[in-house]
Amino acid sequence: MARTHYSEIEGRSPGFYALLGMLGALILAGLGAAWFMEHNGHYVTGMSNRIVWGMPHVFAIFLIVAASGVLNVASIASVFGRDLYKPLARLSGLLALTLLAGGLAVLVLDLGRPERLIVAMTHYNFKSIFAWNIFLYTGFYAVVALYLWTMFERRMNRHTKPAGLVAFVWRLVLTTGTGSIFGFLVAREPYNSALLAPLFIIMSFSFGLAIFVLVLMAACQWTGRPLGEVVLKRLRNLLGVFVAAVLYFVVVQHLTNLYIARQHDVERFFLWEGGVYTALFWFGQVLVGGIVPLVLLFGATSRCAIAAAAAAVILGGLAQLYVLIIGGQAYPQLMFPEKEVRSSFFDGVVAAYAPSLPEVALGVGGVALALALTAVALKVLPFLPKSLADGDVGAAAA
Amino acid sequence: MNPRRRQVLGWGAAAAAGAALAPGLRLVELALARSPEEAASKLQRWGLLIDITQCGECDACVTACSDENGWTGHGRAETDVQWIRKVSLRDKRTGYAQTLPLMCQHCEHPPCVDVCPTGASFKREDGIVLVDKHTCIGCRYCVLACPYGARSFVHEAVEGQKADVPRGKGTVESCTLCVHRVDRGATPACVEACNKDGGKAMAFGDLNDRDSAIHKRLRTEPSSQIRADLALNTGVRYQGL
Amino acid sequence: MRIAAGITAAVLTVAAHADAPRFKIERGEACVAPVAEMRRDHMKMLLHQRDRTLREGIRTTQFSLKNCVDCHASRETGSVLGKDGFCSSCHEYTAVKIDCFECHSPERQKAAAR
Repeated sequence: MARTHYSEIEGRSPGFYALLGMLGALILAGLGAAWFMEHNGHYVTGMSNRIVWGMPHVFAIFLIVAASGVLNVASIASVFGRDLYKPLARLSGLLALTLLAGGLAVLVLDLGRPERLIVAMTHYNFKSIFAWNIFLYTGFYAVVALYLWTMFERRMNRHTKPAGLVAFVWRLVLTTGTGSIFGFLVAREPYNSALLAPLFIIMSFSFGLAIFVLVLMAACQWTGRPLGEVVLKRLRNLLGVFVAAVLYFVVVQHLTNLYIARQHDVERFFLWEGGVYTALFWFGQVLVGGIVPLVLLFGATSRCAIAAAAAAVILGGLAQLYVLIIGGQAYPQLMFPEKEVRSSFFDGVVAAYAPSLPEVALGVGGVALALALTAVALKVLPFLPKSLADGDVGAAAA
Repeated sequence: MNPRRRQVLGWGAAAAAGAALAPGLRLVELALARSPEEAASKLQRWGLLIDITQCGECDACVTACSDENGWTGHGRAETDVQWIRKVSLRDKRTGYAQTLPLMCQHCEHPPCVDVCPTGASFKREDGIVLVDKHTCIGCRYCVLACPYGARSFVHEAVEGQKADVPRGKGTVESCTLCVHRVDRGATPACVEACNKDGGKAMAFGDLNDRDSAIHKRLRTEPSSQIRADLALNTGVRYQGL
Repeated sequence: MRIAAGITAAVLTVAAHADAPRFKIERGEACVAPVAEMRRDHMKMLLHQRDRTLREGIRTTQFSLKNCVDCHASRETGSVLGKDGFCSSCHEYTAVKIDCFECHSPERQKAAAR
């Protein structure tokens, strides 16, 4: 198979600068929102003592989960030896770093005391899965940077496979940790489940690949690089499998809950009485995030269909995380079985929440940061292959 | 009496006196306020016993807590801090109604302590669960983890703090069992206010001290924990739930 | 050379003192430790004491922040912050931002213990 040639993007067109300008404006808005929230205190947001994690966390966790999943493409190349994916590995590694940067930025800027980040990085309670996550996230940077280096530096190419294996295992642990942040909450019915860790893993595969597909298609289209059907067909099939797998996990989780009498109230809440959460579950998560992409990916062949499917997966993923994170907090904690509960602290009732502008601005700012970093990196280093045309990727249909 | 018998009687008397006095000495040691140089110790475990059959519409405990610890509302019920609140219960089938005060339960195995990434949420040796605001980064994970919804996040700048109760924006807080009062031998403000006008709902004491009133009541009367199924071994026990 | 160095040092000292923070100590007798030690190490003492008080429950007053405030709070305003406040005057001069009083009360609330 011919050796792949990579090159930087030119990055001098008006379109490129317009893109950076727009992303820069969104980043500034996000920073402004973070300052506004920190300076005044969180009462200016829609978050409350019942819903302590809001829109910023929906975006942040989406970006972090997608960051670990987007590395899949590189792992399939290095760890599982699929040659077709090798030219895509560099972009995959880059996106892993930039998406994680965006997600962590949002998370840190939403803290009650973001200036204490140094404290968070020097005081660890090792019983906390959150503390482990901080280690795993920072370690992920080092591991992926090293992995990318083995790909860029020709003399290190023979180390790509072991580096890829380390990165693969590391991010499985990392995503398990992220899912366990919720799974380890003993006293919350929507959460305390061992299923959340593998669900997050499979969500990461799906969201990460959807973002990868969109970024790849946009980058090739806007820089005039050919992107052939062979590569797209592979990515399309893979994305379809991941979307189906997420749906499977969701079905299993809810079916099991429906079988357990104690969990009936939670299921009733999410599946038909939860208002906005029910709507987002069925229309957002299942329809837009599951069924529509499957129809588009396996029923149509046009590039528009793939791009639309990927966009639908992303929107559905955001809906899924909204239902999980915010719906899970809105559902009351059950301290007194068989009793109606009322108090000045909103015990016993479904908590109200409406996303506020600063929260959304911060979340979107994180997405913009990830994309801006990606765009700049593509200009600075040769992450993109010169061509992914069918003839150039060779007979790697193995 | 022969000398040997006298000796044995003497020893016996000394032993009996010692056995009689020793628990009393221990009692005195614990009943006195711990001196300021002494650290909190595992020998003690502070707890509350709340008999909710004595609770009515009264909320003296809530008022006393907010006065003592300096937390107030800003007219924003969703984000205002509450260290203690009255919860109203009504049985779904029978309609039987009750109220109870709910605050941090000072668990022996606190989920909030387990999940805190920096170790700011911690349990002191004598069982009081606290937040070290110097290390709290305001991530609110402990607020999610608490089974009782006991924790509040401070959503705005704080002014006019009490000297004994530092509190500030961006950190998480909850009932401290009035640790500043307990350390000088007093009782929590809620208990004092409850008992002041003859109310008998709340009692405070050392759960490890076999001679304390609270220990005796727990030993001889029925009581329960909220969410006993979680096996957290709370320091706050209820009667009449 | 030495004269130049000496003159520079003298000028700088005078200049420094001219701008030196003016603060009122408020309580005449000695502080809990010698002045030089307090200036150099007061932050270390506070850091050490805070863990002893909060985590271990040791509430000796010698190095407690509350005791510092009770002694040093201004006679007019009752606070260690604000114009001529004991803590703020030095800290604003040195541009070292402190966040102690975001949580701790800067006001004297009772007669100081010794």
